[in-house]
Amino acid sequence: MTAVAEALENATDRVESHLNPPASYDLADHPVPTGREEVWRFTPLKRLRGILDGEASDAHLKWDTTLPVGVTLTEITAEQARELELPPNERPAALSAELSGGAILLDVPAETVVAEPVVLRLTGSSVDDLVWGRVLYRVGAHAEVTLVLVHEGSARYSAIQTFLVGDGAQVNVLTLQDWDDDAVHLGRDAIRVGRDASVKHTSISFGGDLVRMHANVEYAGPGGEAELLGLYFADEGQHLEHRLFADHNAPKTKSHVVYKGALQGEKAHTVWIGNVLIRKVAEGIETYEENRNLVLTDGCQADSVPNLEIETGEIEGAGHASATARFDDEQLFYLRSRGVSEKEAQRLVVHGFFNDLIRKVGIPSIEEKLLETVEAELAKNVLKELV
Amino acid sequence: MSTLEIKDLHVQVTTEDGPKEILKGVTLTINDGETHAIMGPNGSGKSTLAYSIAGHPRYEITSGSVLLDGEDVLEMSVDERARAGLFLAMQYPVEVPGVSVANFLRTAKTAIDGEAPKLRTWVKDVNGVMERMNLDASFSQRSVNEGFSGGEKKRHEIAQLDLLDPKVAILDETDSGLDIDALKVVSEGVNRFRERDGKGVLLITHYTRILRYIQPDFVHVFVDGRVADEGGPELADELEANGYEKYTKAAV
Ligand SMILES: Nc1ncnc2c1ncn2[C@@H]1O[C@H](COP(=O)(O)OP(=O)(O)OP(=O)(O)O)[C@@H](O)[C@H]1O
Ligand SMILES: [Mg+2]
Repeated sequence: MTAVAEALENATDRVESHLNPPASYDLADHPVPTGREEVWRFTPLKRLRGILDGEASDAHLKWDTTLPVGVTLTEITAEQARELELPPNERPAALSAELSGGAILLDVPAETVVAEPVVLRLTGSSVDDLVWGRVLYRVGAHAEVTLVLVHEGSARYSAIQTFLVGDGAQVNVLTLQDWDDDAVHLGRDAIRVGRDASVKHTSISFGGDLVRMHANVEYAGPGGEAELLGLYFADEGQHLEHRLFADHNAPKTKSHVVYKGALQGEKAHTVWIGNVLIRKVAEGIETYEENRNLVLTDGCQADSVPNLEIETGEIEGAGHASATARFDDEQLFYLRSRGVSEKEAQRLVVHGFFNDLIRKVGIPSIEEKLLETVEAELAKNVLKELV
Repeated sequence: MSTLEIKDLHVQVTTEDGPKEILKGVTLTINDGETHAIMGPNGSGKSTLAYSIAGHPRYEITSGSVLLDGEDVLEMSVDERARAGLFLAMQYPVEVPGVSVANFLRTAKTAIDGEAPKLRTWVKDVNGVMERMNLDASFSQRSVNEGFSGGEKKRHEIAQLDLLDPKVAILDETDSGLDIDALKVVSEGVNRFRERDGKGVLLITHYTRILRYIQPDFVHVFVDGRVADEGGPELADELEANGYEKYTKAAV
């Protein structure tokens, strides 16, 4: 049976999907998890360092940015945020909304075309700091912009972010988790794609002790397209979790998900959950999701769970692929048969594994840095003997 | 100088039902500057011989020896063999996603020579070879073998042969799947290599048509993991006329 037929078989007339708990600002709807819940079962709760207890804190990350003409950054009240934002589906996002004491709104007015990427650099000073973040990005109709969000330093950071993409707009978002080793980051990015708008959202996680990122997409009208990309590199002891949710709630919409990860070192753990819901109204949609993991050493674990829930049969296409593998012996043999040493061959294969994804990011200034970071990550382990 | 000596080579693979012997004592010497053709039916072990010489981990050498200019090849790792001067053009070249042909060629050349090639001459060399192999200039930016047509894969193998300049080249069915124009291009590539001093070629094929372009000095008939017969170029014509029947019957 095909994935589509199988999902149809199981489909009922649900209004809410079982893939994501219902949205609510009421903390009572998001009790402290025990770890047995479907949405928490992969996450080592102890290592969240008490974030889910929801202590008040007014610590902040340092924000560094240069705004191009036309783009504004303003503080808004919690009430104003609530009117705009996509509400939280889980506890850390709900806590962030509750405890951040207001929000930051980045505005790109309609029809503004911003040539250079808008870079927001968020730096934490210590893992002792508990930081609640709440950010909204509003891109007006037919505007074009690239947003780069860089997370550095250390903190316990929980953030609820909303991206409102106007009709016909073109938005490229990159969020880079380049934390120090001890940071904990719980992030929820939710995107509403306007009619005929197109959005690319790339999540890249290198650093941090525990990083758990949501990227959710829904559509404000037909014709919207979302490309969700991700790249992660988990080292010894690191937990990197990426949870995707494409909610096809409008006809003729598209979602395309590609996440790739590499793991190296004892207890390196990655989690990828790719949820796609195709609602009854969502006729003529296309969706594809893919997750590939490359396991470089013993002792790592990569969990990869694609879920497709389909409530209409009238779709253009739906597919998914998930694979976790070690180095391909045939690839290594081919390269080595050309004189390339085993380590060098491994290096080429890993670069190659990430290269096509990095090329898709579409931000040249960042692509270069990403390649360097991949190289630096490789140097830690796989290529240790080479250096 | 380049001499490849294969002596009484026995090779097995591990299967679900235990080990299975595929090469049952192969002896063959390629002297300085010689081209040898190996012909034989499907499954007779031709690729196994090629892979075993190159050091593919799937094949276990149970006895025998392979010497390149007197040096024990079987003691070397896969990449050491290549650096010692062996080259295998594969029957099924492997895709390496995300690694560009340009990067791959430069990395291989650097590994073989022990130093990076001089940028200016290298770019010229690569472009020249690509052109001679009738491969589009955009080819260098594509991922190794990914989405290449069958013919492009084979021409890419011969481009590597030209650039890496080994002592002995083993060509495993480089001619199969080529149309007549591509066959000429590939043959010219191999012949250019043969014109260089003292190069050895072991050419595995099913068809005599490539032997019209690449004249072998010797032809070996390979049946059931052994050399069943050998002779000059005329043996290829005889095989074309009569097939392998006379050998396969004898092997049973
Ligand atoms: N890993 C393996 N497991 C089991 N059998 C194998 C394995 N590798 C090779 N063989 C068998 O060994 C025999 C020789 O295979 P080989 O590929 O060397 O033949 P060949 O002469 O190159 O054939 P062709 O002309 O089709 O390319 C075949 O019967 C093949 O099925
Ligand atoms: Mg073969």
